Amino acid sequence: MSIEIINPGLATSVQDLGRPGYFHLGIPIGGAMDRLAMRSANLLVGNDESAAGLESVFVGPEIRFNCDSVVAATGADMPIKIDGEIQPNSTALSIKAGQVLSFDFLKSGARIYIAIAGGIDVPKALGSRSTYPIGALGGFKGRALQKGDVLPLGKSSDSLNPGQALDKNLRRMPKQPAELRVLPGLYWHRITEKSQKQFFEDEWVVGTEVDRMGYRFKGGTQLEFVDREAPFGAGSDPSNIVDSCYPYGSIQVPSGCEPIILHRDAVSGGGYFMIGAVISADMDLIGQLLPNSATRFIRVTMDEALRARKDRENLLNKIRKYLE
Amino acid sequence: MKNRYTFGGDEHLFVECAESMSLEAFFKSLFMTNAISDRKIQGVTEICPANASFQIKFNPDVIHPNEMLRVVQEIENDAELAEPIIDTRIIEIPVYYQDPWTHETLMHFRERHQTPDSTDIEYAAEINGYKDVNAFIEAHSGSPWFVSMVGFVSGLPFMFQMVERSEQIQVPKYLRPRTDTPKLTVGYGGCFSCIYSVRGAGGYQMFGITPMPIFDPTEEIKYLEDFMVFFKPGDIVKFKPVDRAEYDQIIEDVGNNKFEPVIRTVTFNLKEFQKDNKLYNKQMEGLIHEH
Repeated sequence: MSIEIINPGLATSVQDLGRPGYFHLGIPIGGAMDRLAMRSANLLVGNDESAAGLESVFVGPEIRFNCDSVVAATGADMPIKIDGEIQPNSTALSIKAGQVLSFDFLKSGARIYIAIAGGIDVPKALGSRSTYPIGALGGFKGRALQKGDVLPLGKSSDSLNPGQALDKNLRRMPKQPAELRVLPGLYWHRITEKSQKQFFEDEWVVGTEVDRMGYRFKGGTQLEFVDREAPFGAGSDPSNIVDSCYPYGSIQVPSGCEPIILHRDAVSGGGYFMIGAVISADMDLIGQLLPNSATRFIRVTMDEALRARKDRENLLNKIRKYLE
Repeated sequence: MKNRYTFGGDEHLFVECAESMSLEAFFKSLFMTNAISDRKIQGVTEICPANASFQIKFNPDVIHPNEMLRVVQEIENDAELAEPIIDTRIIEIPVYYQDPWTHETLMHFRERHQTPDSTDIEYAAEINGYKDVNAFIEAHSGSPWFVSMVGFVSGLPFMFQMVERSEQIQVPKYLRPRTDTPKLTVGYGGCFSCIYSVRGAGGYQMFGITPMPIFDPTEEIKYLEDFMVFFKPGDIVKFKPVDRAEYDQIIEDVGNNKFEPVIRTVTFNLKEFQKDNKLYNKQMEGLIHEH
């Protein structure tokens, strides 16, 4: 039981829900950038939510199935095809041995998640099948997929339900402009009150340097720093700190110019100050942002962040119930 | 020295032990993260020590952020009472300074550097007041280093030299980061030395290269069989300059899986060290060569 990559698209990799526990050694959690979409895709094909699937960015892959199976694609709006015929998205689709799964052009969002009944059965590395290419770790040979790769599939569950679809109201995509909720903190005190206010008033756009490690934004006002004497070991730029840990979702702003939000494949630390972090409930949304998308940062409190986290959990529970 | 506490979103508690780098700040970070680890607090998923700060990742569904904060603040009070003593290991790392591979790379990215007409190590020697590169290498390899953080990418150690602040080497990073750095480059930025565990982008000045792999995702190298990452925060490192012939020999031994790093266990006492760091370092160095 396997699938063969005919064309990997722009970048397709094996991902699951990640490998927590090794960030203190510089190995990030990794896994699907849009966790909710990955979980939904898995549930549609009767998999455990943590089964490994494929994440593709901007362009879909072309995949030949070597066995009969059930497949679903969620996340970005990108029409899915079997042997060239358009099929419904976010739907469990039967596919026969020899048939080819492919995709049309991206309409909105940035990443699609492809789950196949039984999951991608590559060996686990440090407890996860997620691909971490910088460390050549996990996934298929520790790298993004290439033409000709043959991926083994696991044993599918007994609860396959082809034709089952995920209701539109149970999908979550960024608004336009996108809104990312941010809890100020970390080195927030390093910028002036004026900049603190301005950061949330400006409309930003997603830059072109965007990947699984982080998303860069531009178009807003350059931040002004509070004067200081540079601490020993920090470096002379006002945005430098003594190299520290970087939280997932943290927003660093080198030289006060372009904010970078670290994502699932984050570097674990470095020497740039951070003004706070995107709350856990909104991390999935970042994975669906395209370059040049307008984005606003919304200031929230810890209580609001925790409520938003609850809302997201409730949505996931609704999805679970709907697809039961 | 009181910690500064702040949250990184709803899943991280970020703790700055001090704004400036010092062995005391690093020790506090190491002590507190060890103590937090020992407590086995429900909901904690990652404990990450850094140079002068640390970070705890937690699941706020299991432990409320305020409760997380309270527990860690409580541990800070205990940490202040603890004797600054750790059981660790001292490791000798061979370095081929001014090797041809980092040289080729640094020449390639010269327009991103402060001094287009000299090499990284010549620049570092000059701005730190050394009479020549050899004297600089003597200083870099002469006193040991604490691994004060492991991270950035897989298994990369940041190291802080165990000398008086006045003797510490300081070098700015490249003006613009390089898009390439050879694997196992020995680099320098701010007051930290590092070893690039994998090939990739980087902004630290490049002084040389070690033949000793420090990260092996396949876990095939003998001394990385048990775990793919070599370094841990708290390790002590002593660099040993090697020439091309010795470098090639180690590369061959690593290839045949016969290379064994020189590692000795040591109990480090910060207070004793502070009384006479030169003598203390000499004694630790003695451990490396006794069998």
